[in-house]
Amino acid sequence: MNKLLSSKWTKAVVFLLGLAPFAALLWFVYKLDLTANPLEYITHYTGDWTLRSLLICLTVTPLRIIFNRPAITRYRRMLGLFAFFYGTLHLMTWVGFDRQFQIDGMWEDIVKRLYITVGMAAFAAMVPLAITSTAGWVRRLGFKRWQKLHKLVYFSGVAGVLHYWWLVKSDVRLPAMYGGILAILLGVRIVRALTQAKKPVPART
Amino acid sequence: MLIRTSDKDFSFGLRYSDVTPKELYLNRRKFLGAGAAALGAFALPGNADAATLDGVNKTGPNHSLLNDQQSPKATVTTYNNYYEFGTGKDEPSKNAPAWKPNAAWPIRIEGEVKTPKTINLADIMKLGMEERIYRMRCVERWSVVVPWIGIPLATLLKQVEPTANAKYVAFETYYNSKEMLSAREAGIALPYVEGLRMDEAMNPLAILAVGIYGETLPNQNGAPIRLVTPWKYGYKGIKSITRIRFVANQPPTTWGLYSSNEYGFYSNVNPNVDHPRWSQKEEQRLGGGFLGSGTKMPTTIYNGYGAQVASLYAGMDLVKNH
Repeated sequence: MNKLLSSKWTKAVVFLLGLAPFAALLWFVYKLDLTANPLEYITHYTGDWTLRSLLICLTVTPLRIIFNRPAITRYRRMLGLFAFFYGTLHLMTWVGFDRQFQIDGMWEDIVKRLYITVGMAAFAAMVPLAITSTAGWVRRLGFKRWQKLHKLVYFSGVAGVLHYWWLVKSDVRLPAMYGGILAILLGVRIVRALTQAKKPVPART
Repeated sequence: MLIRTSDKDFSFGLRYSDVTPKELYLNRRKFLGAGAAALGAFALPGNADAATLDGVNKTGPNHSLLNDQQSPKATVTTYNNYYEFGTGKDEPSKNAPAWKPNAAWPIRIEGEVKTPKTINLADIMKLGMEERIYRMRCVERWSVVVPWIGIPLATLLKQVEPTANAKYVAFETYYNSKEMLSAREAGIALPYVEGLRMDEAMNPLAILAVGIYGETLPNQNGAPIRLVTPWKYGYKGIKSITRIRFVANQPPTTWGLYSSNEYGFYSNVNPNVDHPRWSQKEEQRLGGGFLGSGTKMPTTIYNGYGAQVASLYAGMDLVKNH
């Protein structure tokens, strides 16, 4: 299992899988197979995949804890960057396609529409994480500080689910499902933090 | 713009098949299979039973008030809000065709009237059908232009002689939980209910539509008969009407029950009154355009029908009475 996890081929496959939704979208665009409302379709498609890749990324640590497989951590950065990639596509769809680069309208939306405010915050929190995702930045910040900074991803996850929840009209089944998954993923971390805090630190001799 | 789930986005979310009685789901597949075999070719989904409507007046004074270009039929028949058949816009056109409404379709008209009546669809159609090319502006900020065929609502309502107590007209949609989503799944109260003030209902622009594009209504568009009030947001256009009641007090509306500050009783199209969660200044007119995404355009008050309806609301606070 560890061999499979540390193989560069596995990593290449995960990379291609991460790109698959984007490739599919390009195909739909090429075929003009984008439903009766392509703007809405592309907006929802990229938004869905942002949230999904963020949740997949947040699954890495729980899997490592539960199955005790440290090797899985090497996929975390790539998965996080995919979340950022789809988030950027989602944002650009809104900026360019929906709001057509009209700054005034966008600013009004960000200030007045809570679901846009919180969505923008979710994206903004991902920016420093994407920038400092390189090994160089881990070194520059020091691992402890880097790790602290990257806890911002929890905020992005919560804000992302709220963004979705607040924009649906009445059928909240999908945002509720995303929220439930997120609660489990964050719950694992909370449980671990609590149990670790209780454990007495063994005395060094 | 806000409703989710599509077939081709690798959704691991809920599908209609997850929430639909198996008989209906299977019937639908059988139905689709039989249809495809019979036609031997691709057909627009959802209107296999379509019949051409004859004897339609296309020269009335309200036939095409704003001279808009009609939206593509494929857009109007595949992009629908009909939560009973799925909350995704593409779902009603897939799920509703399996539903077989009672062919006679009796509508009960009762309440504050001298003579309560049950009128069958065929008799309503005999009251005189007109084509009306109307804009439909959805509260979600998209719009289409639809060639409806219907009868003026006033023509039907006058048949039953409302009493002096009748101040409002309440409408109710057919609902059968065995064939449709539950209220919990849809997230809204069902059966769907709507209402109009008496003078709104009597306005010549309000029609009961029985067809689009020269044919009977596809199920996903509200067959067999639905309300169309072009100066109001689309959700006022209650579908598959089975009961009409004259009442003294303002009746409840499904979306108003869900959130009265987001969906007011009047629901007149108004670019100056935002939905609490989004602006109503602009709309996306579907069909054509970049990637087929339509055209963004400013929304006009009363959806462009101010000359016909603005007097109904003279002196009213349109923010309070949104």
